Amino acid sequence: MCLSIPSKIVEILPDNYAIVDTMGVKRKVSLDLMSEPVDIGDYVLIHVGYAMTKMREEDAVESLKVYEEIIKRLEQEGEEI
Amino acid sequence: MSKVDYLKDFRDAKRIKALSKLIEREVKKHINIMEVCGGHTHTIMRYGLNQILPPEIEFVHGPGCPVCIMPKERIDHAVALVQDDKNIVATLGDMIRVPGSKSSLQKERAKGKNVRMLYAPFDILKIAKENPDKNVIYFAIGFETTTPMTGALIEKVLQEKIKNIYFHINHVLVPPPIKAIMSSGEAKIDAFIGPAHVSVITGAKIYQEIVDLYKTPVVIAGFEPVDIMESVLWIVRQFNSGRIEVENQYRRAVTWEGNLKAQEVIYRYMEPRDTFRWRGIGDIPFSALKLKDEYSFLDAEVVFNDLLPNKPIDDHKLCICGDILKGIAKPYDCRVFGKSCTPQNPLGSCMVSSEGACSAYYRYGKLQLK
Repeated sequence: MCLSIPSKIVEILPDNYAIVDTMGVKRKVSLDLMSEPVDIGDYVLIHVGYAMTKMREEDAVESLKVYEEIIKRLEQEGEEI
Repeated sequence: MSKVDYLKDFRDAKRIKALSKLIEREVKKHINIMEVCGGHTHTIMRYGLNQILPPEIEFVHGPGCPVCIMPKERIDHAVALVQDDKNIVATLGDMIRVPGSKSSLQKERAKGKNVRMLYAPFDILKIAKENPDKNVIYFAIGFETTTPMTGALIEKVLQEKIKNIYFHINHVLVPPPIKAIMSSGEAKIDAFIGPAHVSVITGAKIYQEIVDLYKTPVVIAGFEPVDIMESVLWIVRQFNSGRIEVENQYRRAVTWEGNLKAQEVIYRYMEPRDTFRWRGIGDIPFSALKLKDEYSFLDAEVVFNDLLPNKPIDDHKLCICGDILKGIAKPYDCRVFGKSCTPQNPLGSCMVSSEGACSAYYRYGKLQLK
């Protein structure tokens, strides 16, 4: 139930709704629970038809950097990853 | 074009393997980790993370499945409400299939009763407008992730002055059952993986009291397998360095404070109930919410009180869903698992719900490496 896939905002609608694209499927969602503004192109987490938060790309990029460093280090030590 | 693929990048097999290598190298003792959320149980089983991780790491499944923990008598409320043809009962997803003491909403729908499955609570506004002569009752379930959406819906109902929508509130909270499970001491839990999307709403701050009371690390993990593996690594490192803290692995979506607007809309309309019966765990004080008294005109438990039975109903004799939710049994320990209890014919809600441990084991158990 709580599983929700980060979805991209593709259109802003009146009355605080938006259209999001989740892996190719477009749905109407409510922005009533968002306190920050959203733009076309932002990724948001949707739960039962409402956007809950924006995904923070910088934090995701930081995480990915950490994983790449771990892989690099292990491979240098001769581990098969 | 985004620099990140929020799915692929956190499901990457190389990253899972690399994190698993580090955990293998660094783990020093046996650690029982309770993943609170049923969604995490499913990720663990689906990707076989329990098989990839060294034997020192053991997952203990938690009560984070709002459908699983609902006692039968609450389901019987929904079934009772829909007997009157003037009532439409609407709810989200899995709730339709959960068996009450005699029937389920799905069975009632098959008999021609007015049951509607919603993808989003706001769909109910259209149903109410299209059926002005009917009472539309939203059977609201879910932990803190789903509760704000009910609050936002209540707000819309009041703003648009819709007179034929009512709410049957069954929203529950994450910290109280964790505290009940830890206080009972039945399950041996050394650390917690905190729920992903509950934490988006509540913030990481709500787990500080778990750390303070029970001296167990809590790491909030995203839903993807890489997230869970990284969270296990952080737990191992907390033990190795003598730290006991709340850590937020799901930084791309969770903050310490959470979504304050969502928190505020919950407590504008709802307040904690004195007590609520949880399947398997029993009565837990202040663990669930109800509408505030000034909104009792919207409260289906008040308005339709005469229709609602109130006898506590116990589970099927052989169903051990309660023990599984408390972390003291696994689905394979159940005598009817996969035999008379299957997703097609569920005896208890751990098998019905897409977040239930039993349904996870049934779906992915055969894929497990031996």
